[in-house]
Amino acid sequence: MRIHVDADKCQGHNRCYAIAPELFDVDDLGYATALNDGVVPAELEEKARLAVANCPEYAITIEEG
Amino acid sequence: MSDATDHQLSSHPPVTDWTTDFDHAVDEYAARAPEIWDELRSACPVAHSERYGGVWLPTRHEDVAAIAYDTEHFTSRSVVVTEGRPIAPAPRGIAPPISSDPPFHQEARRMLLPAFSPKAVNELEPYTRAYCNELLDAVAGAETFDAAVDYAQHIPVRVIAKMLGFPPEDGDIFRRIVHNALEAVDLPQEQRMMNFLTLDEYLRTQVQDHLDNPRDDLTSFLLNAEMDGEPLAPEHVGGTIALLLIAGIDTTWSAIGASLWHLAANPDDLARLVAEPALMPTAIEEFLRYYAPVTMARLVAEPVEIGGCPMQPDEWVLLPFPAANRDPEFFDRADEVVLDREVNRHAAFGLGIHRCAGSNLARMELRVALETFLERFPSFTLADPDAVRWSRGQVRGPRTLPVRITS
Repeated sequence: MRIHVDADKCQGHNRCYAIAPELFDVDDLGYATALNDGVVPAELEEKARLAVANCPEYAITIEEG
Repeated sequence: MSDATDHQLSSHPPVTDWTTDFDHAVDEYAARAPEIWDELRSACPVAHSERYGGVWLPTRHEDVAAIAYDTEHFTSRSVVVTEGRPIAPAPRGIAPPISSDPPFHQEARRMLLPAFSPKAVNELEPYTRAYCNELLDAVAGAETFDAAVDYAQHIPVRVIAKMLGFPPEDGDIFRRIVHNALEAVDLPQEQRMMNFLTLDEYLRTQVQDHLDNPRDDLTSFLLNAEMDGEPLAPEHVGGTIALLLIAGIDTTWSAIGASLWHLAANPDDLARLVAEPALMPTAIEEFLRYYAPVTMARLVAEPVEIGGCPMQPDEWVLLPFPAANRDPEFFDRADEVVLDREVNRHAAFGLGIHRCAGSNLARMELRVALETFLERFPSFTLADPDAVRWSRGQVRGPRTLPVRITS
């Protein structure tokens, strides 16, 4: 599984970073980026799905596989 | 401690038909806004009123979101619905960046964001926690006290004063300013202008003090900041400081107060949160969803249709994010507070480019205020449910909240 943050959609709500700091970081302005090129370890897949489902801007997408 | 925002009854006539004559500054709206949103959502999802020179009230999530994302047909030139129309010109508006439109908005906002990033806000947590404890020390031993007046209202005031480098003892002055700007929206325009002159005078004194004695705080930062290689215009600096003072105070105070009100009125939720502190992250987001304090506003810039309603330039549009947050089309069990709600795409901090710049600060203050309170008082109830009074206008929260400590 891979996650992707759309920088044009992210408005810095920081919900993903709060839910899964193992998968996301935030820059000095508070905007989110995916860590580790977006690769999600199997044990964090549930957290990745929660981050997607809680983003108010629909800025995070998942690529299964 | 004094209540700086003594209750004034609305000067507006009561509303008889909420679909055609609504008014967010009347006493009935303060008492039962959530029921009004629910009634409108199923009857007339975009209500209209001739009051304030024409104003719309959408109540569905999809309409609120559509307006928040549409910066072409709607301007943020003013975000507080009043009898008059704003005199500060676009794109800056009166209090940048909340009152600014693109592309000016983006740069005015970017310079503020680092001070409010999650990492910057974390550094303020120990200060906030110590202050919460100090407030609770002052009520220790009392059987009843007012959780809004004696506790919630002081927390965001103290923290934003520290960030701006203003005297911490000026809390009563700030709260009076905020009340005049946000709750007393039904005053005649002349009276509102007089109130803004008081604010202007206060800010001038603080700015002059920072010009004479520059220091490491947000006021000095703004006085030294540049846009396009030029220092910020004095109106920009003053407007942004006013914004930080006004937007940062009664919003968070309302969220803290509403959460404490919920816990006082719902002993099962209180007991569960005390027993399972690991629920705090989802509980905080749920309180933010259900008791979202802030309704924003826009002015129509270009003719547009929303929810089948034709909106004309210079009409107001209220953006009730709390109404969007209770839309059953968008949320399961929308009308229930579910402390362990895992999927919660709420819009308490707005949507789109004007996402609340202080959201990380507000979240931290809400969490620390609740953690500190529950640690000290794990059991409490409403001392007098009928005495609870909610605010009018665009920011909703309890302004009087007598609680009885039961442990």
